[in-house]
Amino acid sequence: MAKTLMKGNEALAESALRAGCRFFSGYPITPQTEILEYMSWRMREVGGEFVQTESEVAGINMLFGASAAGARALTSSSGPGFSLKQEGISYLCGTELPAVIVDVMRIGSALGNVFQGQGDYWQLTRGGGHGDYRTIVLAPASVQENADMAYEAFDLAEKYTHPVLIASDAAIGQMVEAVELKDFHDHDINKYDWVIKGRKEGEDKRIAENVYYAMGADEYKDFLLEKYKRIEDNEQKWESVNTEDAEVVLVSYGISSRVCKEAVKIARKKGIKLGLIRLKTLWPFPKKAFDALTSDIAGFLCVEMSILGQMVDDVKLATDNKFPVKCYSEFSNVPDPAIIIERAEKMLLENGGRK
Amino acid sequence: MIGEIVCSGFGGQGVLVAGMILAYAGMGQDKYVTWFPSYGAEMRGGTANCNVKISEDEIASPYVKEIDVLLAMNETSVDKFENQIKAGGVMVVNSSIVSPNRDFRSDIKVVKVPANEIARREANPKGLNIIMLGAMAGATEIFEPDYLKSAVDKYFADKGKVNPKNSLCFDAGINSCII
Amino acid sequence: MKYSIPKTITNIESGWCPGCGHGIVTRLLAETTEELGISDKVIIVRDVACGSMQSGVVTYNNIGAAHGRTIAVAAGAKRIRKEDIVIANPGDGSAYSIGIESTMHAALRNENILALVVNNSVFGMTGGQMSPTTLPGQKTTSSPYGRDTSYNGNLLDIMKVLNTFDIAYLARGSVDSPSAVMKAKKYIKKALMMQQDNKGFCLVEILSPCPTNWGLSPEDSLKFIKEKQQEYFPLGEYVDKGGYDK
Repeated sequence: MAKTLMKGNEALAESALRAGCRFFSGYPITPQTEILEYMSWRMREVGGEFVQTESEVAGINMLFGASAAGARALTSSSGPGFSLKQEGISYLCGTELPAVIVDVMRIGSALGNVFQGQGDYWQLTRGGGHGDYRTIVLAPASVQENADMAYEAFDLAEKYTHPVLIASDAAIGQMVEAVELKDFHDHDINKYDWVIKGRKEGEDKRIAENVYYAMGADEYKDFLLEKYKRIEDNEQKWESVNTEDAEVVLVSYGISSRVCKEAVKIARKKGIKLGLIRLKTLWPFPKKAFDALTSDIAGFLCVEMSILGQMVDDVKLATDNKFPVKCYSEFSNVPDPAIIIERAEKMLLENGGRK
Repeated sequence: MIGEIVCSGFGGQGVLVAGMILAYAGMGQDKYVTWFPSYGAEMRGGTANCNVKISEDEIASPYVKEIDVLLAMNETSVDKFENQIKAGGVMVVNSSIVSPNRDFRSDIKVVKVPANEIARREANPKGLNIIMLGAMAGATEIFEPDYLKSAVDKYFADKGKVNPKNSLCFDAGINSCII
Repeated sequence: MKYSIPKTITNIESGWCPGCGHGIVTRLLAETTEELGISDKVIIVRDVACGSMQSGVVTYNNIGAAHGRTIAVAAGAKRIRKEDIVIANPGDGSAYSIGIESTMHAALRNENILALVVNNSVFGMTGGQMSPTTLPGQKTTSSPYGRDTSYNGNLLDIMKVLNTFDIAYLARGSVDSPSAVMKAKKYIKKALMMQQDNKGFCLVEILSPCPTNWGLSPEDSLKFIKEKQQEYFPLGEYVDKGGYDK
């Protein structure tokens, strides 16, 4: 298919439909609203179900029902609305149901504001709701990746019968770029043996509820540890840019990582050996990308749009705390390549480069 | 980077579409393009703008910091963006509604286009943005005028909204800046 | 008289307290679906707490929803399984307190589901706290001096709210006597027929005893329904778009 110009939010919505998504329930909030608006007419065209719900809580719970019934289901939100989704995300995890939930991140706690931010990193990667769980979190950095990751997210969700979150942001969601969309894929709502439908005589009874009830505490513990290990082993995704000989390695994702790529290019021209690990999954955190690095690195510089430097802990954990880890954090502004390079040079000065 | 462009004006003047056409033209030449709108609360109050980048290489931020070309369709747009234009950059001004007596920066090229008058003459009130694009094509080297003109037609043809008056507006835009 | 147990009732012990009304409501559901020949189409969406114990005593496939979300979850499931019969089973706390938003909006959207609400005027599982249907003067663990409407707020009669809505069916039954049970069964059956005919949203509320939390014997609980609960919550059909009586 030829490339077309699409807004990030719309490319994501269209791509989800092409992946076989036939259920969307959501609520308006900037900067996510184009997903809802796009679905409001396009879902009808493809013969699926669109509901503008009374609240985000209703949205995630309707999605829960649709998912249990076997559909590929999507909901999306931003900021305060995404907080309201957490109840349902915890239930999807406990019940082992697949679904795709998009967080088009905006800035700030409370109402914050509608501009791009990356301050939901902790909420996205630590669970966000109650109980012992994590979700798979994909981090697109372009309109193309918004489309591609939305398409893959449903397969991934079904592979692990687990919710997959897409950590988009206002910049990725609002911008238009050229995008190539994948073909339409049919999803069979009866594909899996866990889907809930009327029970015919002689069939096994199916119950969609917290899987711990049927397993018992001990088995559930083993089940969960094994499941999360399997995801961590298999689903780490990242892109390494010039890390082979890098003296300072940037760590970034989403809109910030695009600027980091530019900073690496500029720095290299100046003779500064800068590299980049761009996270494509926030959880599982791509520890393998760090394992592959040699030991004489002056340090890691996290570049993210969160004031408190939410990604820093994960980089320290991934590197067993053996390297200095600093953070260049922005709030609502997209990071500046000149500042990135300045910070990296400072790290080199303080910690020394390759011997 | 081939060009960093801001299109700005009142809602209804077609500034967002002008930007989309530029991105579309860039995509047609296999360039990297980004288009970024003002949105949310910014959109209220009747002004709109969009940032367009066209590049041979991957584009980092979609935000334009230093402007190569500004399409300023009203006075507010000049107030807001003139200072962000690079020295030697180009500002295409809708001189129908931007005060002709105002002082513009001397280190940029200012192209004055009476877009409203031309649109009226061509009986194409929705053609303001196309006139501005025509003027931009005449005054800058980002796109060959003939190519951009064909991209305008193709853009609308893709949407099933062909209007033969668009190419007349485009030509009138080019001509207005050759004077 | 021929007596048989519906095939969809299992022989697993329920866990409900002696004198509880949940068992009767479940039995009515089993009988009506069997009589209509739709047992193999039923999907139950149950709440947490006492209502969740229904899962074990029926053979239906079912979904355990979060507290207060059965109606939203059921609406989501029904939109995917239009051939199936989807029944949400909330209690009064679920449907009228935490989940009232979804109760109202599912009704506004005329979602083609049955909300079968068991109303015992308390939060049962958590130990008998005040609910939106606790009666004035009724003592609960969170209204220990009796519900004072000027202090605790007024109670909610869902019939007064939803009877102005463009929905398919709205009725309130009770299980306080054999004749009341038979009437309640008729209401449930009608609502299921409406869903089969895609007529839209149905809500059937059943006044149901909770001897444990009311601090009454099972017999006195039935009396309480008849003499007290029904004073505030009159029985009957409030919306009926089915035309099945003719």
